[in-house]
Amino acid sequence: MHIPDGYLSPQTYIPLYGVFISAATVAVKKVKKTVSAKNIPYLGMAAAFSFIIMMFNLPVPGGTTGHAVGSAVIAIIFGPWAATIAVSVALIIQALIFGDGGITAIGANCFNMAVFMPFVAYYIFILISKDPRKKSRVYLASFIAGYVSLVLTAILTAVEFGIQPLIASTADGKALYCPYDLSIAVPAMAVEHLLIFGIVEGLITATIVSYFLGNEPGLIYAFKKKDSDENK
Amino acid sequence: MNPDLYMLLKRRIVMKINRLQKRILVFLLILCMLVPVGILLPMYFNAGDAWGEWSAQTIKEFIGYVPEGLAKYSDVWKAPITDYTINAADKSVVHQSGFYIISGIIGATMTYIIMLVISKLLIKNEE
Repeated sequence: MHIPDGYLSPQTYIPLYGVFISAATVAVKKVKKTVSAKNIPYLGMAAAFSFIIMMFNLPVPGGTTGHAVGSAVIAIIFGPWAATIAVSVALIIQALIFGDGGITAIGANCFNMAVFMPFVAYYIFILISKDPRKKSRVYLASFIAGYVSLVLTAILTAVEFGIQPLIASTADGKALYCPYDLSIAVPAMAVEHLLIFGIVEGLITATIVSYFLGNEPGLIYAFKKKDSDENK
Repeated sequence: MNPDLYMLLKRRIVMKINRLQKRILVFLLILCMLVPVGILLPMYFNAGDAWGEWSAQTIKEFIGYVPEGLAKYSDVWKAPITDYTINAADKSVVHQSGFYIISGIIGATMTYIIMLVISKLLIKNEE
């Protein structure tokens, strides 16, 4: 899901840089206000976790590969704004140091995996699970949050790929950037994430959220937030 | 060493990490050791690049030409450890797995430290 250099036209990657930078600016303000200093070590670990989990490429037998991202679990435990910063750090290092994801596509990749994905996951989770005492419900909600957020992020990425032939082609109909249109990109990326990678993201999310619920329940942002709302 | 100084240092460095955090660090270290799974599994199941992450060369094999813009931008950045390996030509499993682990440790450590620094600069809220 790391878009490389050359697949997106400037008409696509420049606006996405803008959107990402705006979102990151808000994230900085929100994290400053809402996150406790006690969480600082966890945030470093969360970012490192996201980096490492993305190295576990999983195969579609005989086809392509893909991986989980870790944005969903970070968003549920530490909040979507903290997830935005943590996953962006991982993605930017992957692009700069390891050439995984393009430099021109940093805005797009960070927007997809570090802004869109954690927010989708977070809101799905709090929609389904409202009571931390109902453990199996928390597990289910985390699984669905991870699964659906990764699949939707893959589809968003596929749309960014797929609109390229519409935006930029030569006079004789040759593609300038990504050569595959929506009718190819969207099904290809949706299916592999629906069948394999989404399930893995869901299991990772559910397992880790349940582990935190058992060991440090007071930490979980998705539940803390609601407590403070009720107290108002 | 002066015992007071030792305690002070210990409190500054060690005490800040609780048991759960220690466990997570060990877990992350184990994950770093396991990353070769991320190249061995695709190899075993004969799976190639991720969708949309093909090299210009591969695109040419697929559609017969390299899109002009793609050719122009694809080499815009030379990453120091491209594709998590030093010598991509050496296809041996041991070489690739070894560099994948080293890349994982370098990348995860950098990510961890940078995120810690950013968090420390941002978060002043002790509650």
